Order: sequence, then C-alpha cells, then structure tokens
Amino acid sequence: MAIVADVHVRTGRRSELGLLAIAVAVAVLARGLVDYHAHILEPVEISVYAGAWIGVLALVHLALRRWAPFADPVLVPAVATLVGIGLAMIRRIDFAYAARGRDTNFGDVQTVWALIGVALMLLVILLLRDYRLLRRFTYTSGVLGLIALLLPLMPVIGTQINGARIWINVFGRSLQPGEFAKIAFVVFFAGYLVSNRDTLALAGPKVLGLRLPRVRDMGPLALVWVAAMLVQIYERDLGTSLLLFGIFVAMLYVATERISWVVIGMGAFAVGAVAAGTIFAHVGSRYTAWLHALDADVYRSGQSEQLVRGLFGMASGGLFGTGLGEGRPDLVPYAESDFIVASLGEELGLTGLMAILVLYVIIVQRAMRTAIGTRHGFGKLLATGLGFAIALQVFIVVGGVTRVIPLTGLTTPFLAYGGSSMLANFIIIGLLLRLSDQARRPEEVRA
Amino acid sequence: MSQLSITLLRMGFLVLLWALVLSAIAVLRADLYGTRVTARGRGRRSRQERDARAEKTAAPSRAATGIRAGSISTQNPAEAHLAVTAGPLKGTTIPLGQAPVLVGRASTCTLVIDDDYCSAKHCRVFLDAERWMVEDLGSTNGTYLGNHKVTDPVPFREGDVIRIGATALELTT
Repeated sequence: MAIVADVHVRTGRRSELGLLAIAVAVAVLARGLVDYHAHILEPVEISVYAGAWIGVLALVHLALRRWAPFADPVLVPAVATLVGIGLAMIRRIDFAYAARGRDTNFGDVQTVWALIGVALMLLVILLLRDYRLLRRFTYTSGVLGLIALLLPLMPVIGTQINGARIWINVFGRSLQPGEFAKIAFVVFFAGYLVSNRDTLALAGPKVLGLRLPRVRDMGPLALVWVAAMLVQIYERDLGTSLLLFGIFVAMLYVATERISWVVIGMGAFAVGAVAAGTIFAHVGSRYTAWLHALDADVYRSGQSEQLVRGLFGMASGGLFGTGLGEGRPDLVPYAESDFIVASLGEELGLTGLMAILVLYVIIVQRAMRTAIGTRHGFGKLLATGLGFAIALQVFIVVGGVTRVIPLTGLTTPFLAYGGSSMLANFIIIGLLLRLSDQARRPEEVRA
Repeated sequence: MSQLSITLLRMGFLVLLWALVLSAIAVLRADLYGTRVTARGRGRRSRQERDARAEKTAAPSRAATGIRAGSISTQNPAEAHLAVTAGPLKGTTIPLGQAPVLVGRASTCTLVIDDDYCSAKHCRVFLDAERWMVEDLGSTNGTYLGNHKVTDPVPFREGDVIRIGATALELTT
C-alpha cells in the first residue's frame, strides 16, 4: 500500500525553446549594433549570422530532446546569451583595434572556438549516459589534473606569456591546461570526498566555540593548500590557485557540513597569500597595484595602468552604457580577454553588466538545484563543484577588474576571448546538463 | 538610421537582455522539479486541492490496515489515526489498525514521504500490547519523538509528534 503524491514533471523543453528565441534575438541585435557602428552592416550578412545561430541552437535543442529530455531548461539559453554577447563584443574590439591600425581577428577565432565548444558539450551528453561512470575515474582524473596543472612548467612545451607561466604550446597554438585541470579536479574531489567525508566530518577539539576537525585529518587540505601555493609562486597565477583551493574548500564544506573547514581554509589561504606577497616580488607587485591603484607612482610605473583604465571605462559607461560600438573599450589593454567585463561595463553600463551577472547566478543556481535533486552523493558533490567552479571564476575575474580583490589572469566564462576557457566551460555545461537530466528524470522513466 | 532610432535600439538591447533574464527566472519559479514546496504565500486553493488528493490516495489504506470504512472498533487503540501535521503531505491521515505502519521514501511503505531527509524505510509505528510504539529502522537522518531521537521502540502516545525531515506526524484518537 502506498501513498504517493501526484508528481507532475515538466521537462521544460518548451520553455527552453522560448528562452532560446530571446537568446538569438540578443545575439543578433548585439552583432547588428556593432556592425552598424563599424559601418559595415549588411542585411544579407546579418541574416546569415541569425540563421547560423538558429541552426546551432535548434541542433542543441533537438539533441537535448533526444538524449537528455529532462535536462535543465535554463542552462543552454543562459550560456547562449553570454556567448552571443561575448562574440559581438570581441568583434567590436577587433574593429576598434583595426581603426588604430592593429589587425586582429579575435572575433572569428572565438566563433570557431564557440562552435567546437558546442560540439564538445553535445559529445559529453551523447557519450556520458550516466555520470556515475565518472566515479570510477576518481584517482585517474586526479592524476590527469595534476599533470595538466604542471605541464606549463615543463621546459619545451611550457610558455610564459605576460609573466604567467600557464600556457603550453601545442601545434603552434597556446593552450591553458589549467582550465581543463579544473574539471578533472572537481571529479577527483567529488569521488574522494564521497568516500572519505565521514572521517573528515569527525569532531576534534573545540576552539572559541568552533568545532575543529581532528588534526590528523587535515592532510588532504594541507596537500591542496601546498599545490595552490606552488601554482601561485611558480606559475605566477594567483587566479588558478585561488580557484582550485576555493573549489576544494567549498566541496569539503558541502561534504562534511563543518563550517570550521571553511574558516581554516580561508585562513590558511590568506596566510599563504600574504606570505607569498611579502617574499616574492612578482606576487607583491600585484597586491601593490590592487591596494594603491590610483597612486600616481604606481600608475606611472605601469603596475596599475590596465586596472585604472578599466575602472575609468566602466565609470564612463554609467548606468546605461555608451551603447554597443560607441565607447572606447580598446583603450584598456587586453580588452577582449582579461578585461572584457570592463569593456561590457563601458558599453552596456551597469544595467547590462548586472543582467550578465544575474545570468551567471542563474547558471550557478541551476547547478546547486541539480545537486539537491540528485540522489547520489557523488552526483551532489560533482554538481556543487562544477557550480562553484563557475561561480568562483566569475567572482575572481569580476572582483579583480572591479578592484574587490587583486587582479588575476583568469578568463570570464563564455565571454572572454580564449579557446581553452571556452571549451572547458562548455564541457562543464555538458556535465551539468547530464547531471540535471538524471536528477529530474521521474522514477518510472529512470528504471 | 537616425540618432533616435539608434538610441532606441541601444536601450532596446538592454530591455531585451533583462527580458531574457526575467523570463529565465519565471521558468525557474514554475519549475519545481516535481517535489512539492509548501511555502507560505502560495495559493491556498492549490494547497486545498493537494490535500484533497492526498486524502483520496490515503483512503484505500483503510482496507489494508484492517479497518473498513464505517466500522467502529470497540478497542481503543484501533481508533487511532496517524495525522501528518507538517510537510509535503500535510493534512493526510491514516487509520491505524492492527497492522504496523511503515513510513519511508520507498513506494512499498504505507506512508510515502518524498523528502531528501527521509530514508527508504525510515520508521515503523506498531501496536504492542494495546500501546502504540514507534521504532526507527536505521534511518540516516533519524526519527525524533518530541526532542528525543528514537532508536529502540518507544511508546507513542496521543498528542506526541514524530519528526522526519520536514514532516511531522501526530497520533490522534
């Protein structure tokens, strides 16, 4: 005898279709405005562009209907909008560089990366029919992540660009393996924590009203802390180190429900970061540029020039922005990659930037909701970790550009120019779609 | 194009962007993933409908628990009801007969609670020498009688409240 509440599951595919239509409109209107201000707007070309968008999104939509019918309906439209805005903005910056005699084709390259990213996302959904399969590769992915993280330090393939040693050269293209390491580490952390959380949740001594874990269980946290510090010192990349450590601490907290892990983790990272800033000059100069950005000396020496130009760009945008194609985002170095948030802030204003940030919030919220809906502990941790990966990355980039935290070289997911980041983030969305499909699938279909 | 239409398009772009964001949020509101959320401020009407539906599904359990509709037992404990006073199934009542009542998330249970904090076979309410007892079946998140965690069978008296996750069960006669 059973009393089962009548559960009505909406797949949400029809809502997704409606949202995708608006996403296409946003992407095409953005491109139209950019082209108009560059005086190259042609009805034929913009129609082809719109057709391509409709074609790709229709393909994704039909693929989801076929292979992941219960996947979250909001993820794909949110990502499509971000990519659409990003592509238009990068194209606009190409035009601005061209007007100053610098010939770049970031826009076209980024379009190709986005298409490869979509293909990868569909491939993940197609090949990975059950996310629980990933748990078998817990330690394999941990090792892969570590290798990917250390590759840039290898002599021949590792390259140093702009002071950070986070690139490798493959087939004449520079690749950021750290972006992929992020995903591998989330899989590793999820698999590791789901097996070991009971030990890590054991209560230890109580200090100042805070129940600390046992000292002998601190091993994993210490290990990740050391790895994060090494990345910061040898690869000169504060962003990746903060991202990896942040993901680990967040997942540790979700797995054990002990707030003391968060306190210990944050404290350890702060101590490490301050120590690194005092000992190593290149880390220290980042902190100086952040704390004394508007000092004349610091600005003139070039340390905070980029940051300050970005701030002034956003200030000139005001509430509603100068309008796409009407500002001067090219005055900021790396306006198409690290500082795309400042470029968008200038041309779309606070109103536009807030909409973009809310889109990220929606993506992260869907990841958390998926984690709640998933029945499997590994799936819960995986979805949480992937959500935190996006959330922390956006926080680190936007925080850096708006001078909340020291500036680091991470990319804004889906917006900034950069192939590795585009591909890695599309893989994350593919995993989230698969996870949410399994989480939302009703019992009778699930069997 | 005139300056005016360009300005309108520029603002239109921001409006469109926010339209997308707000409709995405609207989709999220409507999408409750099939789990019922009994929040305050949601329409009272829909809650009543839900309760009516829960009653309807609860009704056949009389036959299984040994009591026919309308039959009055002279034995005191047999008149008892298990009432759900909080949680997704709020308003449901189950008549308690001679047979034990199994509460949990598995569909084989007498009372099925769809709650993340509820185990497949969570707890059991049974009759022992004309007294109602409640026993935890090794659940992950525990069964609480009042403020005490239930482990071994303990007496379940009239007016006592059992808590399982967000669900509260009360014994009424």
